[in-house]
Amino acid sequence: MARKVFIGAGAGFAGDRTDAAGPVVEALARCDGPRFLMFETLAERTLALAQLERRRDPDRGYNPALERFIAPILARCLEAGIKIVGNFGSANPHAVARRIAAIAREQGLKQPRIAIVEGDDLMGRMTQAELVARETGGALLAKAGEIISANLYLGARPIAQALDQGADIVVTGRVADSALALGPLMHAFGWRDDDWDRLAAGTLAGHLLECGAQVTGGYFADPGVKDVPNLAEVGYPIAEIDDDGGIVIGKPTGSGGRVDRQTVIEQLLYEIHDPAAYLAPDVVLDLTDVSVEEIAPDRVRVIGARGRPAPATLKATVCVDGGVLGEAEISYAGVNAAARAKLAADIVIERLRTRAPSLAVRVDAIGVVSVLGSAGAVPDIAASESSDIRLRFAAQAATQAEVEILLDEVEALYCAGPAGGAGVRRRVTPRLASASCLIERTFAAPGVVMLGAGA
Amino acid sequence: MNKNKTTIALRDIANARSGDKGNRLNIALVCRDPAHYAAVAAQVTAQRVAAAFAARKPASVMRYDLPKLAAFNFVLDDVLEGGVNASLGLDGHGKSLSFLLLDTTLEIENDPLRPHGVAVK
Repeated sequence: MARKVFIGAGAGFAGDRTDAAGPVVEALARCDGPRFLMFETLAERTLALAQLERRRDPDRGYNPALERFIAPILARCLEAGIKIVGNFGSANPHAVARRIAAIAREQGLKQPRIAIVEGDDLMGRMTQAELVARETGGALLAKAGEIISANLYLGARPIAQALDQGADIVVTGRVADSALALGPLMHAFGWRDDDWDRLAAGTLAGHLLECGAQVTGGYFADPGVKDVPNLAEVGYPIAEIDDDGGIVIGKPTGSGGRVDRQTVIEQLLYEIHDPAAYLAPDVVLDLTDVSVEEIAPDRVRVIGARGRPAPATLKATVCVDGGVLGEAEISYAGVNAAARAKLAADIVIERLRTRAPSLAVRVDAIGVVSVLGSAGAVPDIAASESSDIRLRFAAQAATQAEVEILLDEVEALYCAGPAGGAGVRRRVTPRLASASCLIERTFAAPGVVMLGAGA
Repeated sequence: MNKNKTTIALRDIANARSGDKGNRLNIALVCRDPAHYAAVAAQVTAQRVAAAFAARKPASVMRYDLPKLAAFNFVLDDVLEGGVNASLGLDGHGKSLSFLLLDTTLEIENDPLRPHGVAVK
């Protein structure tokens, strides 16, 4: 039985740095004990977009950055015995497993054992009506058109099973992010499904790791107030977990960033609601007795996670068509810029009143009031003393044609608007709307398949 | 103002981080020095945070206290303009909103660790 398990984070979101995992792998290679590298690359929206892509091409439906995440570290992980666990399977875990096998072949490596965790995808297993009946906190699905994706958040057990079966690499679709760490711990320590405090500790370890650098100094720096050394080369985290669920968070020696009480607590509470009841598929995590202690430079011990029995239901995210977002921007600079920007905004709003009366338009004045401003009305920019204002107009509608009316009006300001209107950019982005459903566990059918084993 | 007290901004003594789930925002507030926990607990109430976010019209503001961490978790409902999939704004995640909270002011006892004195004549 392992005494200590090491889990490093290779990525905390789909757009994360693809060179982050290298130093983590080198640090893991020097550790003594079971070692794992986890990749969390699957946002809600990412998965729905991947489903749409898979419909067009049955071999696609996953993050194309997969190759850039995996190729640089695959050989070193296999050689050092570091297992890789990632939700990069997205909408098509089988295709991802085949792609990783192909990368291994291209690099002349011995074929790794690649396991695929299945069963998160509810498409074809539940009807739209069944999902509508289980939506929580809203009634989006009842009014929506076709469902694009519906995925359960699976727990850690199938990941542990895959590792029990000797997998070098575990490819999942939607699982709870924290399960990417809990699964390896259940495997390495032989934790039972009802050992609630240990499952809670493993979930906490996963929660601290799942956003990559957010626990090691990323998303933290505020110059002069909260400084972070060498943030440009921030080290991604490595957690050491013992069989009692004690966690130590650290990072590769010599890397940038910082690990201390402040960075760890900020991440501990990230995206948490009730700290006494963080719902995961495998356990309800209670953080209220957790304590955090700096035990050495860039090393923080986290203990005290408590667990209660797992929720009766599993969460699913269901995505439907959300129409399109249209955005257009134009700049006014120099003397009297604010008055000219205000006139431009008023013109667009006035013309839309008759040309697209049902379109709700938001206007921002970037640099004056945008992010923290209130939505809807034209912001109060005429009084601004700024001589460099970028107006931003945004609207959402069911069809592209509707938002194009707004974008055309902004572009027409070039010739027909106030003096000096400059630098129009316009963009249309398809949108997805998502709903949460609570699904009885009888609908979950998690399973593990080894690539090449008749799958 | 009480002579033994100083008015400061929350950002002088605490850190904050925003996270989102749909149209719900949470902000973790962490005292850099646990000695300030009681002052923050007494003054940075859910009501004051609701007032600070009035422009976003929160449906509710909950504060959860974590004394062992000298931290608080604020949960604000319906403040993200529909959330990242629906907001027309630039920050549908609400990532910048932690800095709105850090602008809140509070009064603290003059720092007992810092040398201080009063004129006696």
